[in-house]
Amino acid sequence: MEQTIEKIATADHGHGIGHHEEHHHVETFINKYIFSQDHKMIARQFLFTGMIWAIIGGLFSVLFRVQLGWPDATFPALEQLFGNWFTDGKLDPNAYYMLVTMHGTIMVFFVLTAGLSGTFANFLIPLQIGARDMASGFINMLSYWFFFASSVVMFSSFFVSGGAASGGWTIYPPLSALPQASPGSGAGMTLWLISMTLFIGSTLMGGLNYVSTVLNLRTKGMDLFRMPLTVWALFFTAIIGILSFPVLVSGVVLLVFDRTLGTSFYLSDIYIAGKALSNSGGSPILFQHLFWFLGHPEVYIVILPAMGMVSEILATNSRKPIFGYKAMVFSILGITILGFIVWAHHMFMSGMNPFIGSVFTLFTLLIAIPSAVKVFNWLTTLWRGNIRLNSASLFSIGFVSVFISGGVTGIWLGNAIIDVQLHDTYFVVAHFHIVMGIAAFFGMFAGVYHWFPKMFGRFMNETLGYVHFFVSFIGSYIIFWPMHYLGMSGVPRRYYSFKEFQAFSQYDDLNKIISMGAIMVFIAQLLFVANFVYSIYRGRKMTKDNLNPWQSNTLEWTTDVEPGHGNWKGAIPTVYRWAYDYSKNPTGADFTPQNVPLTEEELANESKKH
Amino acid sequence: MSAFLLILTVALVIIVVFQIGKSAELARILRGEEGKEETNSSLALITSVIGFIILILSIITIFIYKPKFLPVSASEQGVWIQQMINWTMFFTCTVYIFTTFLLFWFVYKYQYKKDRKAFWFPDDLRLELAWTIIPAIVLTVLVVLGIQKWFKVFSPAPSDAIIVEAIGQQFKWNIRYAGADKILGKKDFSLTNSDNELGINWNDKNSHDDFMADEIVLPVNTPVLFKLGALDVLHNFNLSQFRMKMDCVPGIPTEYWMRPTISTDSMRLITGNPEFDYEVNCSEMCGSAHYNMRKVLKVVSRAEYDKWAKDQSENHSYYKTVVLPAMKEKGGEISMNTDTTKNNIKH
Repeated sequence: MEQTIEKIATADHGHGIGHHEEHHHVETFINKYIFSQDHKMIARQFLFTGMIWAIIGGLFSVLFRVQLGWPDATFPALEQLFGNWFTDGKLDPNAYYMLVTMHGTIMVFFVLTAGLSGTFANFLIPLQIGARDMASGFINMLSYWFFFASSVVMFSSFFVSGGAASGGWTIYPPLSALPQASPGSGAGMTLWLISMTLFIGSTLMGGLNYVSTVLNLRTKGMDLFRMPLTVWALFFTAIIGILSFPVLVSGVVLLVFDRTLGTSFYLSDIYIAGKALSNSGGSPILFQHLFWFLGHPEVYIVILPAMGMVSEILATNSRKPIFGYKAMVFSILGITILGFIVWAHHMFMSGMNPFIGSVFTLFTLLIAIPSAVKVFNWLTTLWRGNIRLNSASLFSIGFVSVFISGGVTGIWLGNAIIDVQLHDTYFVVAHFHIVMGIAAFFGMFAGVYHWFPKMFGRFMNETLGYVHFFVSFIGSYIIFWPMHYLGMSGVPRRYYSFKEFQAFSQYDDLNKIISMGAIMVFIAQLLFVANFVYSIYRGRKMTKDNLNPWQSNTLEWTTDVEPGHGNWKGAIPTVYRWAYDYSKNPTGADFTPQNVPLTEEELANESKKH
Repeated sequence: MSAFLLILTVALVIIVVFQIGKSAELARILRGEEGKEETNSSLALITSVIGFIILILSIITIFIYKPKFLPVSASEQGVWIQQMINWTMFFTCTVYIFTTFLLFWFVYKYQYKKDRKAFWFPDDLRLELAWTIIPAIVLTVLVVLGIQKWFKVFSPAPSDAIIVEAIGQQFKWNIRYAGADKILGKKDFSLTNSDNELGINWNDKNSHDDFMADEIVLPVNTPVLFKLGALDVLHNFNLSQFRMKMDCVPGIPTEYWMRPTISTDSMRLITGNPEFDYEVNCSEMCGSAHYNMRKVLKVVSRAEYDKWAKDQSENHSYYKTVVLPAMKEKGGEISMNTDTTKNNIKH
């Protein structure tokens, strides 16, 4: 009987991409670990590079938080470590602005775009859709090495005269266009622009690969609507990247022209350093449009993969199907589409026509609807589940919590009229750090803990995982919740010191608390890194009889402990069902992997429906 | 040495916690519980309790810190914004409390039990519709209210508005009043040079009674229109106590108007701070001293304002006190002719 069912199912789905033979090629150190074309190795390369950047970016935030928390104290120790960023034990204002700028750039692009979506899109897409590798292993490899080159260029910018870029991660001209306006707008800015162009090249190559892999290389039976939500999320993320990143290139190229060729795309009527410039007719606001046309979709590039992984991990660990699978897919689609038409809500106060502001208010608040649907669906997934708590599911629950906390303040800021008061205050800092910084990091941690056994064949230390989670979770609220209060008190962001202003100088206590929270959370992340590195070599091993440690339904758990290039030794498994058959039958199995054929009873039910 | 100690301390903290974690894991393996972390029911309790504590503290601290929020809005516009904040606060707080409560309650209530089976509940159209439509209605209300007020705030300025020009420059504000004739003298960027940074056209007679002010002084209850600009990079003319701000953009004039309703003296009584002053600050990243662009703004009675403005215009007009004497000193060499000034820029 079993056999006939399998035959029916196979016949149903026709001929898939069934090339079953093993990949035979000579593996050398260089083509296995460095110029690897194996998506799993490339994923690990993205992850390691992203983690190194995250430590640097996190360290920067600690340095400028030290200045904000203890503006009167001196820190000779930091001066010994960081040299001329500090003068007489105090952070220099130019260095402060450089650290703030680079913290943003590093976290948004290098960690949460490359480190998060680069890692998990590479790792999960082929494994979860049942493909032997990406559509083009070579372009995939290039994608990583473009990212690497971009990293090297960005890192080198710390060592040029004037330091790295310091005009804010949004690099608004004219500040970023004129070296005489700020020391960081010299060589550091040039390197920033080169680095970002390389980075966008990397993202595009990666994105095109992800999209073509998802569309073309799904295994037999893996219909689009049987894909796990991780793949859906990564798929839409790639589409957003492909459509929006090129616009940033155009913005960047025009800025390069203004800086080097004397054009006036963004510059007009400027008198600086005792000289009137000849540029005329440009518009700084044009750059803001080009920047945010990427910049806003960018936040969805950051958050969608986290949403996808959290959906998958919450379903697995509550032993329940994700609630409203199709609604989840369509809400990702809705976010993708709406995400492209809300960019100017970053610019309500930029001087653009107020009418445009009203249109963008409308679209911006609309995007709260699919986001709300997702939150309610996660909650319903937990409802009446049988929830297992481990590091991965804790971080997923933490994700939902911070996504709610950070999401509701989006309704404040998306409304142009409220933005008049809150624009460029700490309220904004609180909002976006919680909703896309902390949330995306939590999604990433959940993913690392969950798929670590698949990546390295070993488990991470769970106890340290709990410590990591609780310190990060509590710490995030300690850092960012009080920032709402600072914002309501009118305290502006990107201020080196508040002493000059009566109104802003009365919050030393809050600033100290925030800074202590930041240091605490940073140390917890170092603990995570220690756990991560230690577990790669010494963690508890995943054994052959425990290939599916979380009792999950998705295909990656049908591979060997450490799958070789090609992923499956034998044939690629055929898929017969969606990824969320948890606790389907009240008396039957707790979970039913996607490659298990439908039972007779299920077949009968299916035919009844049609 | 101190740097070494700092690194050592951080490393020690990590090593200690790491060792505790390692031994906890070993103990678990000895008890034969490895990979069965889900049986740890105290974890569910801890997570929920922490979640609820965060929820409660996040609400309570709002009331603790409320007295330190901005004082009551000193402009009519700010009052409208405050109304919108109140509405939004009501809806978002409700959603925040409700959903966060459910989240951490579920974590505790539905924690793993060996003999329990999760409830098969993959879909429900009515629920999905409910939480699509209800947020849609609430958001529609917020959008409609918000856009109405937005257009009210950014409506054309009343005709009796006082005109004040504020030009941002690294790292100061140049404030120019129209003077007795209530008309600002014309500007022309081609006239800009180090003697005339704002590029004011002195051939325009309207410019002769304009005056530059160290402090912004405004009469209470009279609308004021700020004409904004920037010389070098982006700035933002932010009046936090009046809840108003707008970018100053080189090459593109921007503006907003507002009606101050509370004088500086009254605000000193309201805040209980006899030193209180309204402050202008820059809210758009503009370089290394971005945090230092302060300007004091005073709201006074109409009579006081009229007296001050008359005195400034008559005795301290920029043209009379600075431009004319400079011209005399140089024997009239500074030509007021547009063309020659243009040539001056070139070198």
